[in-house]
Amino acid sequence: MAAPESFANTGARRLLIASVLGYLALFLLLPVAFILQQALAEGWRTYAQAARDPAARSALGLTLAAAAIAVPLNVVFGAAAAWAVAKFEFPGKSALIALIDLPLTISPVISGLMLVLVFGLEGWLGDWLRARGLAVIFAPPGIVLATLFVTLPFAARELIPLMAERGKDDEEAAVLLGADGWQTFWRVTLPEIKWGVLYGAVLCASRAIGEFGAVSVVSGHVRGRTNTLTLHVEALYNEYHMSAAFAVASLLTLLALATMALQAWLDRRAATAGGPP
Amino acid sequence: MSHRALPGFGLCLGCSSAYLGLVVLVPLAALLAKSAGMDWAGFWGTVTQPRVLAAYRLSFLASLAAAGVNAVFGFLTAWVLVRYDFPGRRLLDAAVDIPFALPTAVSGIALTALCAPGGWLGGLAGRLGVRLAFTPLGVVAALTFISLPFVVRALQPALRGLDPEQEEAALTLGATRWQSFARVVLPALLPAHLSGITLAFARALGEYGSVVFISGNMPMRTEIAPLLIAVKLEQFDVAGAAAVAAVMMAAAFVLLAAANFLQLRSLHGRA
Amino acid sequence: MSIDVRHVSKTFNGFAALRDVSLRVAAGELVALLGPSGCGKTTLLRVIAGLEAPDPGGSVGFGGALAEARRIGFVFQHYALFRHMTVFENVAFGLRVRRGPRRLDEAQIREKVSALLRLVQLEMLARHHPHQLSGGQRQRVALARALAVEPKALLLDEPFGALDARVRQELRRWLRRLHEELRITSIFVTHDQEEALELAERIVVLNQGRVEQEGSPAEVFHRPASEFVMNFVGSVNLFHGRLVQGRPVFETAPGAPATRFCSRPHELEIETRRDGGSSLPARVVRVFDAGAHVKMELRGREGQAWHVELNPERYRELGLRSGQEVWVRPRRFRVFPAGDGSFPREPI
Repeated sequence: MAAPESFANTGARRLLIASVLGYLALFLLLPVAFILQQALAEGWRTYAQAARDPAARSALGLTLAAAAIAVPLNVVFGAAAAWAVAKFEFPGKSALIALIDLPLTISPVISGLMLVLVFGLEGWLGDWLRARGLAVIFAPPGIVLATLFVTLPFAARELIPLMAERGKDDEEAAVLLGADGWQTFWRVTLPEIKWGVLYGAVLCASRAIGEFGAVSVVSGHVRGRTNTLTLHVEALYNEYHMSAAFAVASLLTLLALATMALQAWLDRRAATAGGPP
Repeated sequence: MSHRALPGFGLCLGCSSAYLGLVVLVPLAALLAKSAGMDWAGFWGTVTQPRVLAAYRLSFLASLAAAGVNAVFGFLTAWVLVRYDFPGRRLLDAAVDIPFALPTAVSGIALTALCAPGGWLGGLAGRLGVRLAFTPLGVVAALTFISLPFVVRALQPALRGLDPEQEEAALTLGATRWQSFARVVLPALLPAHLSGITLAFARALGEYGSVVFISGNMPMRTEIAPLLIAVKLEQFDVAGAAAVAAVMMAAAFVLLAAANFLQLRSLHGRA
Repeated sequence: MSIDVRHVSKTFNGFAALRDVSLRVAAGELVALLGPSGCGKTTLLRVIAGLEAPDPGGSVGFGGALAEARRIGFVFQHYALFRHMTVFENVAFGLRVRRGPRRLDEAQIREKVSALLRLVQLEMLARHHPHQLSGGQRQRVALARALAVEPKALLLDEPFGALDARVRQELRRWLRRLHEELRITSIFVTHDQEEALELAERIVVLNQGRVEQEGSPAEVFHRPASEFVMNFVGSVNLFHGRLVQGRPVFETAPGAPATRFCSRPHELEIETRRDGGSSLPARVVRVFDAGAHVKMELRGREGQAWHVELNPERYRELGLRSGQEVWVRPRRFRVFPAGDGSFPREPI
């Protein structure tokens, strides 16, 4: 785009573009195209069958329930953490940020393992839970906790830089004009960061629906009870119900593509909101 | 007026710390406590079992290979997406996020079916005498896919922020295009490139969903470390799983710390 | 209401932004906090507003107003207008967030905001958003918004800092008139000595977190308390010599401790012949003859640079031209205690 292009040798440029196109086509577009092709290979009937399967319905229900719990909690957490981190100085701030990033840096399987170590039979709370007849691991609460854990960083990581970049002049102005904390947040801060909040929520929801490793460890794979959509795909695949597996997978793929489009749109809205500063 | 002019500090910090503590810190502490509570002989015995060592080796080498592939192709991709304009550039730019957005299990079964002997790519490779699915090569392919966005996304802002005048200055001072690239552009991009490669490597090291289908999970041959943790858990060997995980986490943190250090140093050296 | 700043210090991570600052602002007064960037003037303003807490031992008191009526209006340097609200809603904000018995109904809010917008001459732009306004208009919206809560004190941080020269001039006069009309105790921060001299009734000069001098504009300009103040509120020419019976003597006495004499450009006399030991030889380097005064740049034998302002009659009487050798004599000068508040002379 920039001036150095004028020096560029067009032969080399074409070669570069072609190799990158080839690389991305091979690694990005081919898998997506393949999923859609596989799912449609046996026609719409597969979708109808896959949708009628009670195991699929229960998996969908559990996935949506986990997302419905994880998204609001993690968005509220993200907003609170961003307010503290972006508007104030305090000791331990970088430790707090590092801890928020932690679920991103560790393997999802290890995340699941950690939950087993707290709530499993041999875990810290194992005896306490068993004495009360409560099950977390190999039960829906475990799925919800795993989803909470792995999607925790997304809203916070979206909102912290956004709020830090805006500074605190607006909030200070509101407080000096007599607004209390809630009035300042609802009337001054939130309208400015609402696209960021939505973006964070969408990201969080998309990861909640797509999570596999962590929920796989804590689920126990009880069909009809503790399977999420991604675990359902795995089960269908392992039982050689290929077209059904790809039917569900293609739905998840379409959802992912729609999410990407929504994120791109939100990004543009956020960039233009309020006009130039 | 109170000590802090803006309200809500205590409430926000209190609530977010409490939530973070419950959701992240308690499980983390459980893992650390479990690892610390193991006797050394048992721990060492577990993590030096041949099967565990083989899993570590595969995870480490395959992640390294994937990060290496993306170090090169990720750089080219970022370069082409930022510097050149061609039809479909914006769509391609958006498509870089596909491995982030796609559920890993979905990527896993798609890559497996593609690379299986009868699949689109597997058939092609088979004619060349190469097997993809259920081999370490397949593991590398899946890890390359999953870590593709990291290098690209780390480099793009750095490339955009690069002042074209610096390159032009080098050219007007008599440097060749290659010299200007190697001496002006590459050093300026090095910190971003390094951090992208590290993130890609760290992600590949922990990846599970996209690999378990394509690897075939043969102990000693195509079993990655995260899978081994899951296997040990399924066998109710919680202590063994924790031991394997503790080593993985330690390795990941050492790597990230080293990368941070390298990045700081390269930033410092140029200032 | 009056403002009483007592022994305020403020340290940020080991950096002392304010060191034991005490200051009294009388009710209805218009005071400028003047100083170079980093002198602590904005920090002092923020401490007065309650946005920063002073270090223990310092306090800010407000006299003549009941505790609940100690409202402070603050105008931020970059205005901090709420970008998603119209001009009207920005001004109405302080009224809308009110609770309890002082809450106004919609009609009262409309009436009050309209009156304020008339005051700042922006009624026509009530429905616009901040990004549609010019810098000067945004400044006035910020002011109207601060005034809406009927503040007992008005604090302005670099109120004209982000505006271009013409708009600055206009707004300065307008703000002065507004102050005369409303008589709200006001403090503004500026690094522009001209702005402080022209607008303020009293100037507080800050340097490195300390009050260097406070006084009327005339006092600060004509009787600067230190070389720093003299340098900061105008141009200074520096001479090295000895003080002999109240007269400067520039005869060279090697090794003798030199006294620094400071004179403003209009306090220098130019002569074509030598006048005892009180004048110094110089060469005319450049003459600027386009203005109310003739400005000249002279260079001394040891490379010193001096700036002189002459009235045009005197200039023509002397018949000066570039390159001419002349004698310079400080007609008025000041001598400050050595090392106290001296200010590194910026290259011109």
